[in-house]
Amino acid sequence: MEVVSSIRTPLVTGGKSVADVSDDICKQVEGAPSRSWLLAITVSSAFLLVGLYAVLVLLWEGIGVWGLNKTVGWAWDITNFVWWVGIGHAGTLISAILLLFRQKWRMGINRAAEAMTIFAVICAAMFPMFHMGRLWVGFYWALPLPNTFGSLWVNFNSPLLWDVFAISTYFAVSLLFWYIGLIPDFATIRDRAKNQVSKAIYGALSLGWMGGAKNWERYESVSLILAGLATPLVLSVHTIVSMDFATSVIPGWHSTIFPPYFVSGAIFSGFAMVLTLLIVTRRVFHLEDYITVHHIELMNIIIIITGSIVGVAYITEFFIAWYSQVPAEQYAFINRATGPYWWAYWTMMTCNLLSPQLFWIKKIRTNIAATLIMSIIINIGMWFERFVIIVTSLHRDYIPSSWVMFYPTRYDVGVFMFSFGFFFTAFLLFTKFFPVVNMAEVKSIIKGYSEKEK
Amino acid sequence: MNKIKKRYWKGIEEFTNDPEFVKHADKEFPEYLPVGNDEGGSSRRDFLKLMGFGVAAASLAACEAPVRKAIPYLNKPDTVDPGIPNYYASTYLQGGDYCSIVVKTREGRPIKIEGNKLSKVTMGGTSAEVQASVLTLYDKERLDGPRKEGNAISWDDLDKEITEQLVSVLSVGGQIRIITNTMLSPATLRIFEDFKEKYPGTNVVTYDPASSAGMLQANEANFGMRVLPSYDFSNAMTIVSLSADFLGTWISPTEFTKLYNKTRKINSKNNKMSRHYQFESNLSLTGANADYRSPVKPSDEGDVVIGLYNLIASKAGESTISGGKSDFRYLKKAANDLWSNKVKSLVVSGSNDPAVQTIVNGINSMLGNYGSTISFNRHANFRQGDDRAMNGFIDDVKGGKIDAVIFYNCNPVYNHPRGAELSEALKGARITVTTSDRMDETASSVTYVAPDHHFLESWNDAEPKKGYFSLSQPTISPLFNSRQAQESFMAWAGNEGNYFNYLKEFWRINMYKESAAFGFQYFWDKSLQDGIYESENVEENSEPPQNIDAQAAAATVAQNYKGDNGLELVLYYKVAIGDGTQANNPWLQEMPDTITKAVWDNYVTISQSDARELGITSELGFTNMVNLTIDGRTAKLPVIIQPGQAKGTLGLALGYGRTKAGKVADGVGFDATPWIKSLNDNAYYAVTSGVQLEVTGEMYQVAQTQTHETFMGRDNVLQEATLKEYQKNPSAGRWHPRITTWMNEEKSLTPGEVTLWKGHKYPDHHWGLMIDLNSCTGCSACTIACQAENNVPVVGREEVVNRREMHWIRIDRYYSSDASLDNLSGLEVASENPEITFQPLMCQHCNNAPCETVCPVAATTHSSEGLNMMTYNRCIGTRYCANNCPYKVRRFNWFKYHDNKQFDKNLSMNNDLGKMVLNPDVTVRSRGVMEKCTLCVQRIQAGKLAAKIEHRTTTDDDIDTACASACPADALVFGDMNNPESNISKMLKIKEYEGDGTIHKTMEEERAFTMLEDVGTRPNVTYLTKIRNKDREESNA
Repeated sequence: MEVVSSIRTPLVTGGKSVADVSDDICKQVEGAPSRSWLLAITVSSAFLLVGLYAVLVLLWEGIGVWGLNKTVGWAWDITNFVWWVGIGHAGTLISAILLLFRQKWRMGINRAAEAMTIFAVICAAMFPMFHMGRLWVGFYWALPLPNTFGSLWVNFNSPLLWDVFAISTYFAVSLLFWYIGLIPDFATIRDRAKNQVSKAIYGALSLGWMGGAKNWERYESVSLILAGLATPLVLSVHTIVSMDFATSVIPGWHSTIFPPYFVSGAIFSGFAMVLTLLIVTRRVFHLEDYITVHHIELMNIIIIITGSIVGVAYITEFFIAWYSQVPAEQYAFINRATGPYWWAYWTMMTCNLLSPQLFWIKKIRTNIAATLIMSIIINIGMWFERFVIIVTSLHRDYIPSSWVMFYPTRYDVGVFMFSFGFFFTAFLLFTKFFPVVNMAEVKSIIKGYSEKEK
Repeated sequence: MNKIKKRYWKGIEEFTNDPEFVKHADKEFPEYLPVGNDEGGSSRRDFLKLMGFGVAAASLAACEAPVRKAIPYLNKPDTVDPGIPNYYASTYLQGGDYCSIVVKTREGRPIKIEGNKLSKVTMGGTSAEVQASVLTLYDKERLDGPRKEGNAISWDDLDKEITEQLVSVLSVGGQIRIITNTMLSPATLRIFEDFKEKYPGTNVVTYDPASSAGMLQANEANFGMRVLPSYDFSNAMTIVSLSADFLGTWISPTEFTKLYNKTRKINSKNNKMSRHYQFESNLSLTGANADYRSPVKPSDEGDVVIGLYNLIASKAGESTISGGKSDFRYLKKAANDLWSNKVKSLVVSGSNDPAVQTIVNGINSMLGNYGSTISFNRHANFRQGDDRAMNGFIDDVKGGKIDAVIFYNCNPVYNHPRGAELSEALKGARITVTTSDRMDETASSVTYVAPDHHFLESWNDAEPKKGYFSLSQPTISPLFNSRQAQESFMAWAGNEGNYFNYLKEFWRINMYKESAAFGFQYFWDKSLQDGIYESENVEENSEPPQNIDAQAAAATVAQNYKGDNGLELVLYYKVAIGDGTQANNPWLQEMPDTITKAVWDNYVTISQSDARELGITSELGFTNMVNLTIDGRTAKLPVIIQPGQAKGTLGLALGYGRTKAGKVADGVGFDATPWIKSLNDNAYYAVTSGVQLEVTGEMYQVAQTQTHETFMGRDNVLQEATLKEYQKNPSAGRWHPRITTWMNEEKSLTPGEVTLWKGHKYPDHHWGLMIDLNSCTGCSACTIACQAENNVPVVGREEVVNRREMHWIRIDRYYSSDASLDNLSGLEVASENPEITFQPLMCQHCNNAPCETVCPVAATTHSSEGLNMMTYNRCIGTRYCANNCPYKVRRFNWFKYHDNKQFDKNLSMNNDLGKMVLNPDVTVRSRGVMEKCTLCVQRIQAGKLAAKIEHRTTTDDDIDTACASACPADALVFGDMNNPESNISKMLKIKEYEGDGTIHKTMEEERAFTMLEDVGTRPNVTYLTKIRNKDREESNA
């Protein structure tokens, strides 16, 4: 049994009891949807529908409805893909790595973070699908399936194929991890359910959880195993995504620094997105006692660290470009900072490198409003980071005759909106119908009466 | 118990345990059964297979199969085999534009035009217009039969009505005019003579949209011959062109490109090349290829030519003439070079002013070029138009003096400056007829249209130069109810018979020499098969008697060439669109302009300094539009800021603004024809006074395939040197990147040697392409040839604005910059009068191809013959390959370009008629797949098969890519780099060495380089450095 010093800041505040935990979390699931929730889901499904139109036009007419051209073959599509994958890193990092490091503060936030991961990965996976010229064959030709085309196999040299494996593995493990964690809580809801429909649904979802010692033992083992499996995935997914660029010959892409740089960027943006969502959720669902300022501060500290790593990477790229004495490489970076897309570059620098440094000031990093604003700024910055890497590298590469500009069309925006619509709709459905905080684990850090008032 | 169980043997073999028996003991039939062996019969498995197939086939057959419009031959013609092309020699004729060609037909459809190598005139070269003409054949806008006042009429009625009216004109002694562009056909001329015999009031009036009447007049006055001479550029070591775009649009550009390039090919054996000076206002294709180019205003043209005359005269000891200036940049230098290359030099002028041409004749005469580089014994017939006669004709029509007008394949209502007047005046004529192939501007102004066949459906002959004849033959039966115009004239003159018999008889009488062996039929067949007949008995090239009064000419020049110090407008023809006759051809509309790389528009070109002064800005492709007012006619026009444009001048292309050419051309650009001026009664293609320009705030983007103008000083892209540097060091200008690795810091390696890959083995062939940057003039014939060969779609103006043109081979055009190499933003700006380099770029077929490794589904792979292959069927369209292509040569099908109303200007894929031009050997790509240059893999396969049938290996004659065979400059050389006998191996001096288990090749030709060598892609496309014949101190001027 682990002993926690009584002078440590309690992770759950407000003197909650174990029963309070069940009540506070389950009441969201059991009660009627709140007005603000209804409003939010209306907005998000409107986004989803408008985005769906863009997606349908894209699939019907062809990739030409986007603003891509002969030189810039990827722009918003892969920018969005990498951005969403990056966001999808926080959940697993919080649940798996922090579980292995026995960081108990994760317990208040891991459920929502994991849900966010799942939805973000789905959003991410949309883009490699939509960006294919021939989705109708591409969706399965990219898999190494036995086939009747002769000995026709996928190309194992291609980083895009590695992406297929990386993303699908990551998605599978994350989903499993999340679901395993949900089982005891589903059982709690089932046990409290008053109508037959809920009982049946949550009963089925809880897979016959009895709460016995054996159940708990297996639950713990599986969690640990999955955490062990998920931990390398946190690093591998974005490493492989970065290889889409790093293994190419395009100046600005062809860079060995990419894997660590991308992974830290991913954690950076993922934590920012978790903060955005949690700050809203805790307010709307009155979960201030479970998701405390302490949580937020700890996450902000991670943001400073990862943000600074990313900043060092930005500067390193410039140094290496100069040091390499490769003219094309040098030009790519000068063009980033001073070329036609300079504004994208400086947006990225401001949002990602400069603004998180404000978190060195304790007042700011413990301020909820400041954190919310900062989390949004960071995600804007991280979107621009991918845009800068992809578009400004491509639009002026080796052959000046082919230099072009990229301008997004309404369908670029529309498909991005679709992913947002999906993400928020899914997340809102999750907050309404699933327990947003891991009750079973949080109960383990509630101080019993015996520990209190000492 | 009886322990021994009784055993029964099936035979003695079992008892003896014979090994042979044991082997088969557990089989159902131990003995050998002859089932499923080679001797026939079928096994149970075969039976099941066949039955399964039979059932499946029967049930499939029971389903309703889609009806495809493929009609099998009931009686197969002898010469037509499905899948096997036939080639017919023929002749491209478009006014005075001429090309001897070979037409490739498949299943009776002409699909591709190649140059005829037997011709001594065009020597196997082609131009973009020639290449594209095969698509015009399948233009739906062509008339499907004769018309009277726009309504259909039968040929019989048409002939009856026309003949009646002509006879009634004849009976009152009325005047009949046949209007034609330059006509090269001697047989047709004879038909006109026949017509004249029947109708004595007939006169033939010849005019040309791009007129050389002034030169004809000058030659008539100076030499007593109203003809154009032949120019032998191949013999000229100094070439001075005074605004003659002889490589692009002037008189016979294909021929001139061939000849010119004979002096521009240099190697270790021959390191001399001609030097070319160009004095002009607009940056023409020819100017872009010049070693020295000096921008001059049209109003200075007189001063330049007189200045040059006087410089030469003072060297020759002749008397100088009055006027002129010699302080134009490079003029003295040009004069010095001309003088030191006397007899082996050439001065040409694009002017249509007889006075200027007289002075030019004087210069050439002093240089002794007549009889050497200029010949009248093989004079050219390419331009015969007489501007004065045409103006006289229009005056006569207006005056009501003409009763009948027949337009023979010409469109003066559109392309003559007085077209509108003519159109109005034609209402006064009693009968007006045209042979236009469509309801064009002229056809809409006349009563009867008797549409002529397309030249690919016609019999015809031509005499492009004295003594050089060629034949046209039909390659397809007429698609529409059109009729050969010659037969129309025969019918109206009351002559029986058809034109084919007439033509054959004409040749029997005029070309065939009775003394020739084998008889006439042999002569005819041979001429038809070759496409040409060249008579041998033409006298030697000699200097003609001359009577040149340069002083008198100088006096007229002094009067005429005065600007008003305002802006001056120079009208010019584009290489692709020309005079607009083929404007409805989308291939030509979408061919990037050779200089501006603009498509689907004409526009005002303006110099950088004028644009600055007038406040014309260009931001991200959008430039201010201008209101241009001349003679009270104002037009709002787009602008391109053009490096090399003479300060104080504007350029504007003719051939645009068609109103009745068809849906592709109508409304594209602006028609500047009415602004063609008159000088000494000849068409004058410049406006030197009264040009008003007003800059508007409206911004417009001209669709351009290339918007970045300079090559940013990148050695890995372009490598060039001057001739002197080359003569000292053959690898001058070459850039040799070297890499040192940690494994051996002493020895540096080439980037190609530092690789993770094992290389490829090419046991049989190793295809390669060599491109001589010194030869490529940028004419873009290759682009259109490739488009025709490889079914490359046209995407339209909007999609080019979106930077999505589909051409597999493009010609990058780079301007030099004045900035130093570390001034990156300065390097983006072209010089005011830059040096220009053209660089054809297609898939480089890299040995270490970056595209191949990144495709997730292995849709792009390497062949065992060095090709980078693209499997359209496998492509899922991730575009990763295009991103990772450092040359940016891959093209993505953003939309469905075929059978799609959105792309209805892509004629070759959007209607049944247009689709006939498609090459059946090349897939029409679907939406969502990547495509790119294949090095004409279908031609390689065909060549290999042809060689295989003959049990030999391929040679250079078996295979040529579409681009290389179209090139009039022979700038592209395709061949097998494994074959030491191939041209490419010899030209690149390929040496093989073994290492890492594979054969490596090195190119010992010092000028040879591969693009982006530092990236280590090791392409199979090699370039030769660009060499400029400039003196060093001026090489960067």
